[in-house]
Amino acid sequence: TTMAVRDALNSAMEEEMARDSTVVLLGEEVGEYQGAYKVTRGLLQRFGSKRVIDTPITEAGIAGVATGAAFAGVRPICEFMTFNFAMQAMDQIVNSAAKHHYMSAGNVKCPIVFRGPNGSAAGVAAQHSQCFAAFYGSVPGLKVVSVYDSEDARGLLKHAIRDPNPVLVLEHEIMYGEKFELSDEAMREDFLIPFGKCKIMREGTDVTIVALAAAVGKAIKAADALKKDGISAEVINLRSIRPLDRAGIIASVQKTHRLVTVEEGWPQSGVGAEVIASIAESDAFWSLDAPIERVATCDMPTPYAKPLEDAWTPQIHDIVQAVHACLGKVNQARILP
Amino acid sequence: GDVPSSKFTFTPHQGYMMDVPAPECEANKEDLLQYFTMMLRMRRMEISADVLYKGQAIRGFCHLYDGQEAVVVGMDAALTYQDLLITSYRNHCQALSRGGTVHSVLAELTGRTTGMQKGRGGSMHMYATENGYFGGQGIVGAQTPLGAGLAFALKYYEKPNIAVTMFGDGAANQGQLAEAINMASLWKLPCIFLCENNKYGMGTSTSRASGSGADFYKRGSFIPGMKVDGMDVLAVREGMAYAKKFVLEHGPLYMEMDTYRYHGHSMSDPGITYRSRDEISDIRKSRDPIDRVKSRMIDEGWMGVEEVKALEKKIKKEVDEAVKLAKTDPEPEVKDMYTNVYVEKAPIRGTNAYNGYIP
Repeated sequence: TTMAVRDALNSAMEEEMARDSTVVLLGEEVGEYQGAYKVTRGLLQRFGSKRVIDTPITEAGIAGVATGAAFAGVRPICEFMTFNFAMQAMDQIVNSAAKHHYMSAGNVKCPIVFRGPNGSAAGVAAQHSQCFAAFYGSVPGLKVVSVYDSEDARGLLKHAIRDPNPVLVLEHEIMYGEKFELSDEAMREDFLIPFGKCKIMREGTDVTIVALAAAVGKAIKAADALKKDGISAEVINLRSIRPLDRAGIIASVQKTHRLVTVEEGWPQSGVGAEVIASIAESDAFWSLDAPIERVATCDMPTPYAKPLEDAWTPQIHDIVQAVHACLGKVNQARILP
Repeated sequence: GDVPSSKFTFTPHQGYMMDVPAPECEANKEDLLQYFTMMLRMRRMEISADVLYKGQAIRGFCHLYDGQEAVVVGMDAALTYQDLLITSYRNHCQALSRGGTVHSVLAELTGRTTGMQKGRGGSMHMYATENGYFGGQGIVGAQTPLGAGLAFALKYYEKPNIAVTMFGDGAANQGQLAEAINMASLWKLPCIFLCENNKYGMGTSTSRASGSGADFYKRGSFIPGMKVDGMDVLAVREGMAYAKKFVLEHGPLYMEMDTYRYHGHSMSDPGITYRSRDEISDIRKSRDPIDRVKSRMIDEGWMGVEEVKALEKKIKKEVDEAVKLAKTDPEPEVKDMYTNVYVEKAPIRGTNAYNGYIP
């Protein structure tokens, strides 16, 4: 079956809502409008306005109401039109949802999903195009997963809805319309992708490329390009930011002895930085044959104009260049100290 | 046998876009004795917390409730544990009312295994969801949409119950309260937004922080409001009982409890730089919630001065024993600190690669 990421997300929600009547969906324009990105299309018609709830534009309020409902036994899926707007709700996500189970010594439970598009978009400038994976990934009590393809969309979102903890499902606006082949296994109603396990998208022997979200696609294309240069790159889709599959990354690096990280987020304290720290802290450090290379967005707010935005965004050629550098084929002087 | 009962009057409630009940009610001796005892227990517990704090047995923040006891006691007299409650960081007495004991509350303050949350939460974070109590919130105003969410769940499961989300006059100026009221109104959630107007948000009087003046109960603007004398347990009880019925029928309500805190905002605030000692002692003399019940009991001949003294002594002894335990109970062990980050057992990284927790 071929399915767009948008429809994979939609089918995951539809199946889980049919399976469990405690699951509700709420957010801005999720109902009558059918979702700002049409991810929730048809759900109001199928499940009615008691379970698919249009909210006012009120992110802190929605996140708080959804979290309170989760405290009292509802399983809300809280859609943010984009995670940029969830900045307004960050207090409720971090201070209310993530921490109550711990602070209450297990007395309060918070089974909730916060989901929506995250990461770089196109032509919408600095306030509407940025990645929050590292922000939320640093918060104990949250689980954070990142969707690349339709298989991820189904398996990660279905798992998130069934998980008894607060989970952030980070989707990607640019990827909603991308179609991917889905196996029969991935089409099953009980198809769940375990959290804390990365997926090897391409096996390789010369270098490990670790990526998340849309950057996975660019990493695969980079690997294809590198093949022409006789370089065998292993591409890893992280899938789960927290918990992070450190063992999986370490095993790959111990095989390839080289690592490049790729993300559409800021470099400092980013997801790549955490991946690199895992290697630096482990025995895999000794198996490295070269310094690790990091590919991320430019360390600055997102520019608007097309040539600037393209230059800000990590591109396939940036990944190829970083891999070449990692293999000692330096084609340019480093700017960084 | 027959429990003596009598009719009492109280300061009339004020309604905003709603009718209010007549300012009188029937109450019997058992009820009043129960409220009196509970308020005495709360007062003594908070005074002991003050002493414990000054003796450095309590860490961090500690916000005391003395002066406001009638609000919680009157409220829970009209509610059941199936009515859900959430409040701010000034939450010791709510915890006590919702199934905690003086011992389990004070032991949480001193960070002991016998504390309500086994030393995980401290002064600001106590919970008893089995009794409909959801804490215990450290961020000013964050509990207002959370409480609306509790009401959402009650409505979703078609329960004949309400949620109460308590906040202070300071939190009343937070934007997310307006967001929560809007959604509660839109969806007719069975939610009471209960403002405890104790006249000061930290050190700022309501007149210096509130653009709309002092009438918080009108600030729902498009939802009804009711102002209640929060220093009179019977006024609160009658107001809450009326409010519960009202909310189940009509949707959310903004209540204002006219109350007063004797202590400063927290232990670092002596509470006398922004108000006069006279103001505090005037309210203690004229409006104290415990004295009000006490004089009703004595006036009715339901209790003698000696009986009151004996009860006070008994409560003091109970609290003193709890204090002793709270000081000496075992502290939690570090090996037990890693659970409940997630519902399932999860590996937790420690301070370096050589400690932490692997299930």
